[in-house]
Amino acid sequence: MNSSALTNEIEDNIVMSITGLCKSFGKNVVLNDFNLTLKSNQNIVVLGRSGSGKSVLIKCIIGLLKPDRGSISLFNEEVSTLGDEALDQLRAKLGFLFQSNALYDSMTVRENLEFPLRRHWIKYNPTEVDVLIKEALTDVGLLDTIDMMPIALSGGMRKRIALARTLILKPSIILYDEPTTGLDSITSKEIIQLIISIKQKYHTSALIISHDMNCVRMASDLVIILLDGKCYACDTFENLKNAEDQKIKQFFE
Amino acid sequence: MKGNDTILLFLEEVGLIGRFTGKFLSQWFKPRYEWNELLRQCYVIGYKSLPLVGMTGFIMGLVLTMQLRPTMLSYGVESQIPAIVGISIIREIGPVITALIFAGKIGSSIGAELGSMKVTEQIDAMEVSGTNPFKYLVVTRVLATTLMLPVLAILSDAISLYGAYLGVNINGVTSAHLFWMQVFDSISFNDVLPAFIKTYFFGFAVGIIGCYKGYYSTKGTEGVGKSANAAVVVSSVLIFIIDLLAVQITELLGYN
Repeated sequence: MNSSALTNEIEDNIVMSITGLCKSFGKNVVLNDFNLTLKSNQNIVVLGRSGSGKSVLIKCIIGLLKPDRGSISLFNEEVSTLGDEALDQLRAKLGFLFQSNALYDSMTVRENLEFPLRRHWIKYNPTEVDVLIKEALTDVGLLDTIDMMPIALSGGMRKRIALARTLILKPSIILYDEPTTGLDSITSKEIIQLIISIKQKYHTSALIISHDMNCVRMASDLVIILLDGKCYACDTFENLKNAEDQKIKQFFE
Repeated sequence: MKGNDTILLFLEEVGLIGRFTGKFLSQWFKPRYEWNELLRQCYVIGYKSLPLVGMTGFIMGLVLTMQLRPTMLSYGVESQIPAIVGISIIREIGPVITALIFAGKIGSSIGAELGSMKVTEQIDAMEVSGTNPFKYLVVTRVLATTLMLPVLAILSDAISLYGAYLGVNINGVTSAHLFWMQVFDSISFNDVLPAFIKTYFFGFAVGIIGCYKGYYSTKGTEGVGKSANAAVVVSSVLIFIIDLLAVQITELLGYN
């Protein structure tokens, strides 16, 4: 294989590329020249203190917030240049698990899962919709909750339903915003196992925002430490855990 | 300085509501059209408000007649009760009271619903799902309130007049034929049309304020309560302001 073919293959593997991302709220600089590259079938965990801009980062990626400067490229498409329709089509390839789950509380589990299918530019017939809903619920082990309301479910179940809704469009990249926050340690481990099994089954890439060291250790291929709005360090969990740098050490103590 | 700040905040709020209204006007006729959600909202906002609006309308007509009777009796014009009650219900009391009840029920529920959707990131989730949340949530609700309030006001007027008919018959005997003939003889097209048109504006005000307060709700669950409360207060005040303007306009156009 010649060098240009090799470069192309590496570039083809890159599903998300963020360069020089800056975002401020008034005088509060949240992201300052942040860089990140996510490859196909790779899980990156972004680790940072509360208020360090982790959630802002993924909201910029999905287009819910507009960055002040910098570039976010998804599947070689620059997000900031996309119109509404193109952005919707791009979002079909992205899944977003919200920290609060964001399940529609006026809809049943089935309707919650049906919503992205009915709304997206891809049109499915009712049989396909039913199959996809049941498949997604089976993946998270909650097929029997299909006609229940979100309010009737426990926190862990709601998280799994939200994950099923994220999975239903078979996204190539999944953004997880603190997937284990507010859950007990056993349920957290179940969610982490689900994240891992989703990667294995669907070969998805994932950007995971987390404080949970179990999640960081088990679900990450790479860990990014977000400090002062920048990517302070990027390495494997083990390497970062053994690092001598005091600022990195404090995350693992 | 404090007074200036209050004025500035007030003007800022007016500007933001104006911008929100402008966004609604620029979005409502653009595809994709949310017909199913619009119909669902018309059902929730219109049909489900009917019992409350009907009940308050009935009591309003009955009480107005009973309160009016002693005064009319002392002037010896008891026979004019149907005409006076009819005009006051059709022209003013029916539309305004219905709009205020509507603001209390629907304005607060829209404010609270959108507010809670905002703070629990459901609006963001909708956007991520390829839905324009402004069109899906705001445009459908504002159109539904604008279309449904006039219908509710007409029904409320009719039920109020029926209440008035019963009120007249509590202390006297008036035939239904005479009552309705007196009511309709005293009402002209100029009474009905302006009153009907202004209910569209009342409905629009309730919808737009409820949606604005809910859509920009902040500060978590406390903010949801504040949104619901502010939606009722602001839209109620706006109903009176619109009513005042409507009177001035009908006066200028010679409909009074």
